Amino acid sequence: MTPAQPASHVLPLKSDEDVVRLRKQVREDLVALGFSLIEQTKMVTAASELARNTLRYGGGGEAHIDQVEDGSRRGLSLSFIDQGPGIEDIGLALTDGYTSGNGLGLGLSGAKRLADDFAIDTAPGRGTTVKIAKWKPF
Amino acid sequence: MSDNKNAHLEHILTTYHAELLESWVPDLIGRLTRRDKRAENELHQQAAQFLPLLASTLKKTSLENINDPGWDDVRHLLSDMSQARARQGFSPIETANFVFSLKNPLFNYLRLALNDDPAQLSELVSSTGTLFDNLGLYTIEAYQKTRELIIQRQQQELLELSTPVVQLWKNILALPLIGTLDSARTQVVMENLLQKIVDTGALIAIIDITGVPTVDTLVAQHLLKTIAAARLMGADCIISGIRPQIAQTIVHLGVNLEDVITKATLADAFVIALQRTGSNVNQIDNER
Amino acid sequence: MERIPILRMGRLLLVTIQVDMHDRLAMTLQDDLTNRIVSDRATGVLIDISALDIVDSFIGRMISNTAAMAKILDARTVLVGMQPAVAITLVELGLTLEGVSTALNVELGIKLLQQQVDMTALNRQAVTRHWTR
Repeated sequence: MTPAQPASHVLPLKSDEDVVRLRKQVREDLVALGFSLIEQTKMVTAASELARNTLRYGGGGEAHIDQVEDGSRRGLSLSFIDQGPGIEDIGLALTDGYTSGNGLGLGLSGAKRLADDFAIDTAPGRGTTVKIAKWKPF
Repeated sequence: MSDNKNAHLEHILTTYHAELLESWVPDLIGRLTRRDKRAENELHQQAAQFLPLLASTLKKTSLENINDPGWDDVRHLLSDMSQARARQGFSPIETANFVFSLKNPLFNYLRLALNDDPAQLSELVSSTGTLFDNLGLYTIEAYQKTRELIIQRQQQELLELSTPVVQLWKNILALPLIGTLDSARTQVVMENLLQKIVDTGALIAIIDITGVPTVDTLVAQHLLKTIAAARLMGADCIISGIRPQIAQTIVHLGVNLEDVITKATLADAFVIALQRTGSNVNQIDNER
Repeated sequence: MERIPILRMGRLLLVTIQVDMHDRLAMTLQDDLTNRIVSDRATGVLIDISALDIVDSFIGRMISNTAAMAKILDARTVLVGMQPAVAITLVELGLTLEGVSTALNVELGIKLLQQQVDMTALNRQAVTRHWTR
């Protein structure tokens, strides 16, 4: 018996409505994977924060949603990719309350706290990719 | 030839049923660490059931693969037995010995029967050995699965047992915390309390930490998060049962409990909660 | 254009957010609410979010800003019906909505608003008495 091909989606992030669509898709995937309501809520909220960052600061981009497996656990991985100006000081950007725009400065740091894994790849002029994942044992 | 082997084995199992039982069962009983009449009777029954079942299975199914549907009945018997033994507290060795200890008596009769055909004998001994090894491993696996289920259930029960949310009065809940708080437990505590607040429409929840031995930064953080979440939903929390050492630790750790109502005892917290929800406690004079 | 309806009950405004709001919609709601507080001479605003399954930092900020604006316009705001999972997530996110009053449901929210409005009215009377004496 071969397991069903894990689902993945690529969603554009060009407008406010795209963020709503992303939240909906992420929620659907989390429900399909059997995550608890609290875990769903945390991950959808993290996705919303990062999608808004991509839209506001990265000038739009796309989100990749992948169902992933690693031995004893499975999970959902989300990547937010933009070709924007990039982030100069990641340490600063991850500080609670720091914002380069007019937000609350909780987007990146909050998303990091809400997800299980968090990785960021960015440089000035090279765009930004933020990847988060949430895991659950089989 | 597989059919041939099966026939030989089946023939021995049926012909020497009584003899096999006679040498097998005393051995089984001898291996028991806890011996009583009931356990012995049970063993006797299971053994007497197992032999004919094995014989009838061999009649229709190859002995190569015990995962074959033909082996269903044997597997059921063995897994029922393993489950029962796991629950009764037998060790895995004791459980698997049920199968393994049949080997020797069976080999003795095989030897008798095939005395004049050493080639066939050795082949039959080898495949019978493999069959019994597989059956033995199967019982261990079934035993293990049952143990895991028991452990999981106990963990779950422990989590639920250790976080009861009780309603003290209309609009007032209490959460008596006992034992060490770790992240997993705190998550359950938090969810239970908040859900109960929604279900009962409680305005105040008293978190009593009399039974919590120590409070470190992480635990204090968890408590503060619970209180903040309850506040977002529209309910207030009071912490009660703070012992002197814990008060000292909290101050030394620099945890800010300024915005949280704290009371020394659950009784004090209850009085405050009653006042806040518009009830009053009065001493009734019993003088005549 | 898409809008979230605002109901009026006496001098209270009641908003029930039932859709997953995008950011522009949230900002429109903030504008509409502050406008209605003035035009309806409202003294209280009740925001019911029991149907929302997430509140992120943007919506959270919109809510606390609205409460602060309402306060300047002499109206009190109560947020009601936040789901436990949403509350836990908001706290984890680092957002505690300081200065926003909360209640478990609409009924308790209205009660709380009335108390707060009455208290404000009492204070106002006291001040008036003081100055007219």
